[in-house]
Amino acid sequence: MSVELVDYDEAVSRFDPVIGIEVHVELGTRTKMFDAAPQTFGAEPNTAVTPVSLGLPGALPVVNGTAVEYAIRIGLALNCRIAETCRFARKNYFYPDVPKNFQTSQYDEPIAFDGWIDVELEDGTVFRVDIERAHMEEDAGKNTHVGGSTGRIQGADHSLVDYNRAGIPLVEIVTRPITGAGERAPEVARAYVQTLRDIFRALEVSEARMERGNVRADVNVSLRPTPESPLGTRTETKNVNSFRSVERAVRYEIGRQAAVLDEGRAVTQETRHWHEDTGITTAGRIKSDAEDYRYFPEPDLVPVAPSREWVEAIRAALPELPAERRRRLQGEWGYSDPEMRDVINAGAVELIESTVAAGSSPAAARKWWMGELARTAKTQDVELAELAITPVQIGQLQQLVDAGRINDKLARQVLEGVLAGEGDPEQVVVARGLEVVSDDGPLLEAIDAALAAQPDIAEKIRSGNLGPVGAIIGSVMKATRGQADAGRVRELVLERVQG
Amino acid sequence: MTDLTRLSAADLAGRLTAGEVSSVEATRAHLDRMAAVEPAVHAYLHVAADEALATAADVDRRRAAGDELHSLAGVPIAVKDVVVTRGLPTTAGSKILEGWVPPYDATLVERIKAAGLPILGKTNMDEFAMGSSTEHSAYGDTHNPWDLDRIPGGSGGGSAAAVAAYEAPLAIGTDTGGSIRQPAAVTGTVGVKPTYGSVSRYGLIAMASSLDQAGPVTRTVLDAALLHELIGGHDPRDSTSIPEPLPGLVAAARQGAAGDLTGLRVGVITELQGEGYQPGVLARFHESLELLRSAGAEIVEVSCPHFEFALGAYYLIMPSEASSNLAKFDGMRFGLRVEPSEGPVTAERVMAATRGAGFGDEVKRRVILGTYALSAGYYDAYYGSAQKVRTLIQRDFADAFAAADVLVSPTTPTTAFKLGEKLDDPLAMYLNDVATIPANLAGIPGLSLPSGLSDDGLPAGFQVLAPAKADDRLYRVGAALEALLEKSWGGPLLTQAPDLEVGK
Amino acid sequence: MSSLSRDEVARVAGLARIDLSPEEVDRLVGELQVIVDSVARVSEVATPDVPATSHPLPMTNVFRDDVPEQPLSQADALAGAPATEDGKFLVPQILGEE
Repeated sequence: MSVELVDYDEAVSRFDPVIGIEVHVELGTRTKMFDAAPQTFGAEPNTAVTPVSLGLPGALPVVNGTAVEYAIRIGLALNCRIAETCRFARKNYFYPDVPKNFQTSQYDEPIAFDGWIDVELEDGTVFRVDIERAHMEEDAGKNTHVGGSTGRIQGADHSLVDYNRAGIPLVEIVTRPITGAGERAPEVARAYVQTLRDIFRALEVSEARMERGNVRADVNVSLRPTPESPLGTRTETKNVNSFRSVERAVRYEIGRQAAVLDEGRAVTQETRHWHEDTGITTAGRIKSDAEDYRYFPEPDLVPVAPSREWVEAIRAALPELPAERRRRLQGEWGYSDPEMRDVINAGAVELIESTVAAGSSPAAARKWWMGELARTAKTQDVELAELAITPVQIGQLQQLVDAGRINDKLARQVLEGVLAGEGDPEQVVVARGLEVVSDDGPLLEAIDAALAAQPDIAEKIRSGNLGPVGAIIGSVMKATRGQADAGRVRELVLERVQG
Repeated sequence: MTDLTRLSAADLAGRLTAGEVSSVEATRAHLDRMAAVEPAVHAYLHVAADEALATAADVDRRRAAGDELHSLAGVPIAVKDVVVTRGLPTTAGSKILEGWVPPYDATLVERIKAAGLPILGKTNMDEFAMGSSTEHSAYGDTHNPWDLDRIPGGSGGGSAAAVAAYEAPLAIGTDTGGSIRQPAAVTGTVGVKPTYGSVSRYGLIAMASSLDQAGPVTRTVLDAALLHELIGGHDPRDSTSIPEPLPGLVAAARQGAAGDLTGLRVGVITELQGEGYQPGVLARFHESLELLRSAGAEIVEVSCPHFEFALGAYYLIMPSEASSNLAKFDGMRFGLRVEPSEGPVTAERVMAATRGAGFGDEVKRRVILGTYALSAGYYDAYYGSAQKVRTLIQRDFADAFAAADVLVSPTTPTTAFKLGEKLDDPLAMYLNDVATIPANLAGIPGLSLPSGLSDDGLPAGFQVLAPAKADDRLYRVGAALEALLEKSWGGPLLTQAPDLEVGK
Repeated sequence: MSSLSRDEVARVAGLARIDLSPEEVDRLVGELQVIVDSVARVSEVATPDVPATSHPLPMTNVFRDDVPEQPLSQADALAGAPATEDGKFLVPQILGEE
């Protein structure tokens, strides 16, 4: 079903968008939420399961204490209150990737609630997002749909299920309705998810790798005529799994819902699916009993009642959060506000920090990452961090420049070599023979050859006309394939001629 | 030569330790007994003869080598089929699990294996432990050894009948609303539901998580204490497992057997006698009270006014939890898979077809009742209210235990009824558990031991209840009463049971 | 309390994913009504001032250390499965899957 969207600018000029975001983050604990099966990414299917994660008859859950601590860390970083006591509940629904046919989650008693977080947009605007709750739950297994006639079940389509992911601890963070963002709602959505991702990493509660599904977002969007109107009917777009998609999905839904409303129809409250390839959302299957989850307190688990001492100890041990850290680094590096913002927007803060740690000056590190490497990333259509070069290698490269072993022009060739997988900068320099020629012998040979080849120019120089020196230097540089230090060549030419 | 199957577990253990008999001999004797009486009783769903004999031989070898062994090492045991056993089929009496062989052991099975008790087999039960007669097993009825036309109780009728018919000296049962105590009462055996959390539930196929508890099924109170101590104790795999050790149970049983109960206050629960109770059952109950009094106990009357709501609360909480616990039986990962007879073969429809074909009537009844009680709009009135009644029952017990050290009642209102008699009347079936359910709701321990034969010549049960974590009191009082009763009968009640070996 | 209709039983059976024959539904309507009427009495005493008890013994904060244990082998994990393929559980087509 294709829809004629209302142009975005027009949509937000006539409607006030309200968004809400649910972010699931997989916690990077060693074991699962309720059993001691190891967390492994990319393991053979069904090899990271115990009777508990498979939901075998008789198996019982036991809460992973570290997961609770991580959830509290997240709650505190999001300025939430931490429950004095809370419980797990069973959310009952039948689905093949849910081994027990209920998900153990927190329902009316989340571990953390009533928080907020400031998110910074690309132009430096700060927007506050209120957090309703953060609660603990478990992940489901993974279905792979197999189509067609090879299936054993009457030759029909079937699915294959791997339960390695089943039971991995999740924290779900739910915002209150985000109002007042207006036309910037898609940007706010993206910046919010990005801010959470950075916080998860800083807290060391998750690797928070979007591409692995460590962080997944569901975005709710509704429109209303004016900011004073009651909230409109919302849709929930599930599993939007990149920052860019979060922004696009919100944008798409605003345009789509505006079109629906313009036609005088009502927006259907429904779950929608995001299609990364086409950039659209489509309606999910309507399940008649979808809303009747028959929640009740999980009788196999006892309440979690974090003592205030424990909570305060966790608070005291919280690491520096990304926003503070950026302020600190900007000071240390001496970057201007626009420079720092560019670095943040390019996702280069960590890269520059590591590059500086590897021996580069902050200015040089910024020059590499925001210059040559940013261009390369753009050409390759990848994130900076995905380039085949590490901050340590950039640090090594810059050290070679600082030591005078290579010049800027050679450095770019070395960079090319590293990106091409030829090894560390040092190895590339050696393998490609790129080092600046610092031995005068070969230079003098080249100079003599150049002078001999161009006797008229040699004569002019001898007679004190230094204008054509450049031509000799050019010949020498050419002969040494750029590896000569031009300044030194000039000195030697003059010595030779004027001797 | 002594018939090894007639010995108590304690006596058999003594002879094994003394080297008078071997575990292989004892195990073989029970396997022979099973071969003789199983056609009539049908207590077992699966007999693990080879495995049991291998364990027995291993224990004999280790004993001969002078190894330090558990006091019950070599004493055979039967395990209710609701308990998962690695390598042995485990069905919970349901078609939906036919042929399922678990890849792991329940914690209590690990303890049994570690102690060297040969597991004779898996015993019959009402499907998923839902029932009071074992007639809801998908694999046929178990017959009461006292009268083969009668029920052995349920859900653990197989374990109780196995012990009563000398097919095992020890058995494991589970008790959610009386499934250990009621079968014990109607088969003239001893059964104990421990304090909730004192025996690990890890590996028990759950019916109602907040009510289920495994416990011993035996012929003597001392044997129950021995088995309870073996299987009990903290288990980190069960979040509801009590971390601290409980007072000594075997010691309490030995102390009680001496027969002195001076100073003990015994509370008779007003609400658990009278209307609906068979006269013979009440007569035996009062005779037992007199014996307790004669041993120095003080008998007081206590009232538990909210017990009349216990059955209602139970039949909301149990099916609600069961509806969720049994959701995993869907034909996707293990057990039966049934495709719908017509229409598209989707996961959703296969689940429904599998559950429709794999569950019996009682299971369907309870799962649907529980689903209804939890569904939108009903939670507060049903599940929520039932949880409140649970609080009221606990308060009743707290008040009663302020006035008495233990509470007593007949275990069941009647003796064993005929097979088929109550099958079509679920509510009448549920009423069997009226005296046993309150203990499950409150999490307190309860013991049933035989109080004699009722007017119909069938055994009646005497129930002792103690405060949570005071399981030792059950054994002290139970052993005292057992000693006094056996003195009056001139031997164990079971010696009055008819001879079963019709095949010989 | 409420009275159970045939439709209601069928709806709940659907929620519980249990196929029932029409005869089974008919029988269950009667049986469940009797049970529901009998258990509904709990609300008589379940007044707002009475707290709910969900665990028989009050306990809190039962946690496990974050230390992995040996998982099941793939063979053990799949041993009881009605159907498998490539180390995974083979299940019928899931509606709504893409």
